[in-house]
Amino acid sequence: MRVALRQRLGHGRRIAAVLLSSQYAYMLEYRAEIVLWALSGVLPFIMLGLWSAVDAGDGLGMSSLQLARYFLAAFVVRQFTIVWVMYTFEEDNLSGRLSPYLLQPLPLVWRYVAAHLSEQATRLPFVAMLVGLFFLLYPAAFWWPSFSSLLLTVLATLAAFALRFLMQFTLTMVCFWSEKASALERLLYLPYLYLSGLVAPLALYPEAVRNVAFWTPFPYMIDVPARILAGEPVAVGQSFAVMAAWAALLLPINLLLWRRGLRHYSAMGA
Amino acid sequence: MPGSRLTPAPSGKALDRVWLAPKPVRMAIVRAQGLGKTYRVADKQPGLAGTLRHFVNRRERTIEAVRDVSFSIEPGEFVGFLGANGAGKTTTLKMLTGLIHPTSGTVEVAGCLPHRRQAAFLGQITLVMGQKQQLIWDLPPLDSLRVNAAVYGIPPAESRRRIAELAEMLELGDELRRPVRKLSLGQRMKAELLAALLHRPAVLFLDEPTLGLDVNAQARVRSFLADYNRRFGATVLLTSHYMADITALCPRVLLIHEGRLFYDGGLETLTQRLAPCREVRLELHEPMGADAFASYGEVEAIEGREVRLLIPRERLTEQVGRLLADLAVVDLSVSDPPIEDIIGRLFHQGALA
Repeated sequence: MRVALRQRLGHGRRIAAVLLSSQYAYMLEYRAEIVLWALSGVLPFIMLGLWSAVDAGDGLGMSSLQLARYFLAAFVVRQFTIVWVMYTFEEDNLSGRLSPYLLQPLPLVWRYVAAHLSEQATRLPFVAMLVGLFFLLYPAAFWWPSFSSLLLTVLATLAAFALRFLMQFTLTMVCFWSEKASALERLLYLPYLYLSGLVAPLALYPEAVRNVAFWTPFPYMIDVPARILAGEPVAVGQSFAVMAAWAALLLPINLLLWRRGLRHYSAMGA
Repeated sequence: MPGSRLTPAPSGKALDRVWLAPKPVRMAIVRAQGLGKTYRVADKQPGLAGTLRHFVNRRERTIEAVRDVSFSIEPGEFVGFLGANGAGKTTTLKMLTGLIHPTSGTVEVAGCLPHRRQAAFLGQITLVMGQKQQLIWDLPPLDSLRVNAAVYGIPPAESRRRIAELAEMLELGDELRRPVRKLSLGQRMKAELLAALLHRPAVLFLDEPTLGLDVNAQARVRSFLADYNRRFGATVLLTSHYMADITALCPRVLLIHEGRLFYDGGLETLTQRLAPCREVRLELHEPMGADAFASYGEVEAIEGREVRLLIPRERLTEQVGRLLADLAVVDLSVSDPPIEDIIGRLFHQGALA
C-alpha cells in the first residue's frame, strides 16, 4: 500500500518536473512577448500617479507613502495571479489540439497549471527589475517586509492564483457549449477591476461597498496579498477562510461542468 | 446488419467471409455494435436576412453522421477505413477512441469502454490525426517526448531505448533536436508518429497520417507502419485519401458511405467484385473512331492514338488476341482500374448492396 502510494507520488513528481521544465523552455521562447505582457500590467503605477496627483489618499486615511507601497505590492501580486487558461483552452478546443491531450492519461488541467507557473517564472526577473527601477526613482518608498509577512504574502498570492484559476477554469467549461466563451471572462473582468484593489486599495472605498466586496472573491486577488506585503493590517484568518469557502463552492461545480462538458464535446475542428 | 454488406456474387470466392467469420481462439480487440452518432447543427440561410432570421428563430437540423455500424477487429489486423469526405470515418474513429460518446450502440476497445477514458484504456491506444499535432511547436520533439514518457510512466532508460528504436525505424536523427516549427511536413509527421507510439499502444487509430506528404515521405510512413504492425503485433485502423496507403497496407477494408457500413471484407474481393472488367490501354499506329472498338469492349477514353478500353475479365485473353490480330497496335498494356474509380463508381451506384 505504502509502496504504491510512494510510486504514485514519484510518478506525479516526475510529471510535474518534466511539464514545468518543458513549459518553462517554451515560455522562454516567448520571453519578449511575456515582457510586453508584464509591461502592460503597470496599471497600478498609473493609478498611483493619479492618486498622488490629486492627493486623495490623505483625506481617506492613507499617506502617499502608504499608497506608493500599496500599488507597488499590487503590481507584484498581480504579476503572479494573472490567469489566461480560458484563452488557451478556447484556442486548443477550436483548433482540435484538445483531442490528443484528452487521450493522454493525465488530467488536462495540469498542463495549464504548469504553463501558468512556468510563465510566472519567466516573469520573475523582469518583475524584479521593475521593482528595482521603482525604488531607484522613489527611494523614499523603500521598505523591507518582515520574513513572516513575506511568507504570508507568498501563501496569499498562491491562494489568490489558485482561486482565480479555479474561477476562470470553471467559466472556461462554457467553451464546451459555446465557441466564444472568452466573452464571459471579459464580463467578469469589470467587477475584478473594480473590486480587486487594482485601481485603488479597498480601504479607500465607501464602507457599504467594502462590506459587500469582502464577501466576493475579488479583494483577495490583489488587495489582501498586496496589503500584507505592504505591511498594512489584514484580517488574515478571515481572508483565507473566505477564499477556502469560494474554492469549496467552485470546485464541485467545476468538476461537474468538466464531466458534462466532455460528454458534450464534439471534438471541433477535426 | 443484413442488407448493408455486399452479398457475395454466386460465382465469387467470397473471400470476405473469411474475415466475417469469428475466429475461435482470439478475442476481438475492437468491437463496435450498432454504433450511431447524431449531431444537431444550426441551419442558417446565407446573407443578412438569413442571419437575422437565424438570430430570431434558430433552426437546427439533426444529422446522422454514423448509423448502425457494426464490425470487429482482431489483434494484429491492419484494416483500412474508406469513405468519401463526410462519410463518417472520423466520427467513428472519435467514438472508438472515446473522444465522443456514441448516440446509440456500443463500442469496446482493448476490453474497455472508450468514453470512460480510464488510464488502462488510454495507455493502450493512440490516435494520430494527420492535420492535428500534439508536439510543442516551438521546442524540439525530444522535449515533447520527455513529457509523454513521464505522462505514460515510461522509465527514462526505457524511453531512451524506445526513442532510439522508433527513430531508427522512422529514419529520424538530428530532427529530434530541432524545434518542431523548423521541420518539414514529412519530418514533423514522423516525429508525431514517434510521440504517438512511445507508450507502445496495442491499438492505433490513424486518421489520414499521410495527408499532404510528398510521395517519398508517404512511402516511408507507409513502410514504417507496416514494420511497426509486424514488429509489435499492433492492431491498426487507418483512414486515408491515398489509395496507395490502403492497397499497400490493408488486406481488409471497411467501406463507409453516408454513415453506413457498406462493405467489410478483403480488399482483393472488393476489387474483383467491383471491377469485373480490366483496363486495356492501346497505342495505335493511327487514330481511329470509337465505333471501331465497340465489338471489343467498353470504350473508356480515346485521346488521339491512345485508347482505353474496359474488357470483362473472362473475355480478356480472347479480346486482346482479337485486338492484336485486327488492328495496327504499337503498344498494349492491361491493368486493374484505379481503386479510386472503383470506389467512386460504387458510391455512385449507391444501391449496389
